[in-house]
Amino acid sequence: MKVFVFPPNSLILADLVERFGHEPIVIMEEIRKKVTTPEIDSPPLNVSEEELIRGLRYVAVETPSGIRGRMGILGPLIDQAEAAVIIENADFAFGCSGCARTNILVKYLLGQKEIPILKVEYPSTVENAEVMVRKIVDFLKNLSKP
Amino acid sequence: MIKIAQISCGTEWSGVQGELEKAADMIGAKLVFPEVDLESIKKSVEEFGLDVESPNLKLMIARAKSIIDDPSEADAIFMVTCFRCGEGALTKHALRKYLQKKTELPLVMYSFTEKPKLGELLTRMEALATIVERKSLLARERQEGLTLGIDSGSSMTKAVVMENNEVIGASWAPTTDIFKSAEKVKKEALKNAGLPADWNHRMGVTGYGRHLIGSKLNADLIQEELTVASKGAAFMSNKQKGEATVIDVGGLDNKVMTLLNGIPDNFTMGGLCAGASGRFLEIAASRLGIDVAKLGELALKGNHKKVRMDSFCSIFGIQDLVSALARGSLAEDVAAAACNSVAQQVFETQLQEIDLRQPIIEVGGTALVPGLVKAMESILGIKILVPKMPQYGGAVGAALLVSGIV
Repeated sequence: MKVFVFPPNSLILADLVERFGHEPIVIMEEIRKKVTTPEIDSPPLNVSEEELIRGLRYVAVETPSGIRGRMGILGPLIDQAEAAVIIENADFAFGCSGCARTNILVKYLLGQKEIPILKVEYPSTVENAEVMVRKIVDFLKNLSKP
Repeated sequence: MIKIAQISCGTEWSGVQGELEKAADMIGAKLVFPEVDLESIKKSVEEFGLDVESPNLKLMIARAKSIIDDPSEADAIFMVTCFRCGEGALTKHALRKYLQKKTELPLVMYSFTEKPKLGELLTRMEALATIVERKSLLARERQEGLTLGIDSGSSMTKAVVMENNEVIGASWAPTTDIFKSAEKVKKEALKNAGLPADWNHRMGVTGYGRHLIGSKLNADLIQEELTVASKGAAFMSNKQKGEATVIDVGGLDNKVMTLLNGIPDNFTMGGLCAGASGRFLEIAASRLGIDVAKLGELALKGNHKKVRMDSFCSIFGIQDLVSALARGSLAEDVAAAACNSVAQQVFETQLQEIDLRQPIIEVGGTALVPGLVKAMESILGIKILVPKMPQYGGAVGAALLVSGIV
């Protein structure tokens, strides 16, 4: 299954999803496409007007442009999601979209999709980290294989 | 009295609550605040799923849930947040979709600054009230007898005379002095219909100048342009049954309405800048040294991609136009870019706020600019229906509706 991970750039979550036979939906892949496309020139991420306009499918025009730009990339990824793993209150180093408003919208849109979603609190101790990983593994094992 | 549920954040702290109440009062409506108790707020936010931080937005969500639980609390919904608040914008738009899915109540949104324009508030609230109060009048599909409709727009004033479901006389002229312009087109429309200027007729008026003209000419119907233009558009394009969307790019602002059986059930009204209006096309045509009527034809021959133009601000848009011409761009490419820029802004500021329903009908004077219609079709990927004499959408709607008033 296509599993959206939140934070959307978490390498640890992406790795876990892949290990258990699913396809992680992460933002890095999209950004890589943009960085390696030669004719786009708006470094470092190469977010262009096209993304901002695409973002309007998910948010209104009066929404700040940074949210629209993020949603131009994240929105189509959410559309593909068949399941999601959400880590609440994650540390920056674990991954982040850099925008609290985008975060609440992403979680809201995932919630609207009526797909299996696992929400786990970011761990503060090693023991909690083990619990978190165990929960994610159980969730992923119970998802039907692609 | 019509009850309009106010679902909002920040109105009291922005000092605009008084203006909202004044606008409601002027149309004989009352703003009501859906009942919520403190305990239900947290639960409502959790159920809704948008984890906002601002307590006032949490209250807004709870009020929306309250309306869904008991729609009899109000006849219509007016949803407002502060302009430039990201969290407010996210909440408002998520709630709009949610409410439209869960209730049948007509709904309109607005983003306010510390100085909201009373006219803008008034038109929106008036349209809400009309949809609620005059549903049976709005259901009228045939024009009967002899009636006159006047649409006093910001750029042009239009008049039509109708007899037994046909337009028998029409005229339009630039709006200068509001009353004199209306008198002029009325006289010409009557003359075109073969009727004397002093003919005693039933009359409906709409548009910006409707109140002034309506009271001076003793009109039988004075109604805002959102519902009237919708009605005219559905009538003129023979799409009075089923769903439709009406786009009216006006001289100063734009309106987009969704219809069910010819009756609007949702609408948005733009007007952030003249860059998204017919006025921008007029300025562009003037700079190109052609009549605005020729701009659309010229645009059909051009390629908008060759000229970068952003008419989000009309002044900057014209700067782009002047720079493009100075660089040697072709007039047709500049004309195409001007049309595309207006269409793009209408799309970005309005069309994505509404669930488009096909067919899409375009009315208003700008529908006579084929380059604009083509640009809109290309952005939406949908064929747009333009009725004959689209500039008379409002006037025809007024003439049609007034025939239902005995």
